[in-house]
Amino acid sequence: MRPVQYNTNSKVKMVDLPPGYAGEGFYATSFDKVVGLARKNSLWPLPFATSCCGIEFMATMGSNYDLARFGSERMGFTPRQCDMLLVAGTISKKLGPILRQVYIQMAEPRWVVAIGACASTGGIFDSYSVLQGIDQVIPVDVYVPGCPPRPEGIIDGILKLQELVGNESLRRRTSDQYTALMQSYGIQ
Amino acid sequence: MTYDNIREKLTANFGEQVSYEEQYDMLNVTLPAELNLKLMQFLYDDEEMKFRFLTDLTATHFPDRKGEELNIIYHLHSLENNIRLRLKIYVPIETPDVFTATRLFAGANWMERETYDFFGVNFIGHPNLKRILNAEEMDYFPMRKEYTMEDPKRTDKDDEMFGR
Repeated sequence: MRPVQYNTNSKVKMVDLPPGYAGEGFYATSFDKVVGLARKNSLWPLPFATSCCGIEFMATMGSNYDLARFGSERMGFTPRQCDMLLVAGTISKKLGPILRQVYIQMAEPRWVVAIGACASTGGIFDSYSVLQGIDQVIPVDVYVPGCPPRPEGIIDGILKLQELVGNESLRRRTSDQYTALMQSYGIQ
Repeated sequence: MTYDNIREKLTANFGEQVSYEEQYDMLNVTLPAELNLKLMQFLYDDEEMKFRFLTDLTATHFPDRKGEELNIIYHLHSLENNIRLRLKIYVPIETPDVFTATRLFAGANWMERETYDFFGVNFIGHPNLKRILNAEEMDYFPMRKEYTMEDPKRTDKDDEMFGR
């Protein structure tokens, strides 16, 4: 039958429009909200997976849990293309500077999710060789608890991050507060 | 080839300088630090024994044994006879010096670096004696008993939380 009609009985959910002023042939809203909407539904993840949390993350990206449903693009294995750094696993002190380097190579705006107990606090590895939480070397936006967290937990963490991204002010990255935060990590 | 043969050969060559002990069905040979290369070379060259494979090299720290705190352990394997041997050297912690085995076994290179990294054993003549596993800016030898297992700089984990 022509023309073919796709998705006539679809359950595909479209993103809601942000509040604004609509009329005949036009729609007006604030720039912040449009940019936030676009950013939060097309986050490009950069996985930095070192151990078992990485396995759970792979399940999250696989077809059963399918993170792409929530508006997450494909994984990009280069920091230059990505805006969401997912640190999954134990980070040793020797690996700390490398993680920092990866973070620095990402372009602004960038967000970081610490997946699991090790990335968040060092976890059970209360040891001379393990970094006691990645927030010692880079700023973290969302912490996902668990050892390792289930894919549902990781999805929840990313949804939380989407909330942050969607509501972020466009001036945040140039604010004094943000510059001070970066300087406290010795970045820039 | 049995442990008795090995004992005989070693005693004939090195006399009273080495001592023996059987532990977990394996012969321990304890020897003075300055003799390690000569003894390993002898075990390597001997036409019958042929200990030509270095399985492992590590150290142990005994803080209570004054004057011989660090124990350096070599595990040798004679592939032809399928027989294993443990060499032990005790050195004081102030002067943890032994000769490197890298000329004899190329595989000793990284093992000696690891032993240096964790115990601070100074392998004299090693071509590249620097840290291998730990961060280079680390300023102590973490497997020595005077250092705690835990991260000394941690602030958020108190002993109560971890039941210590």
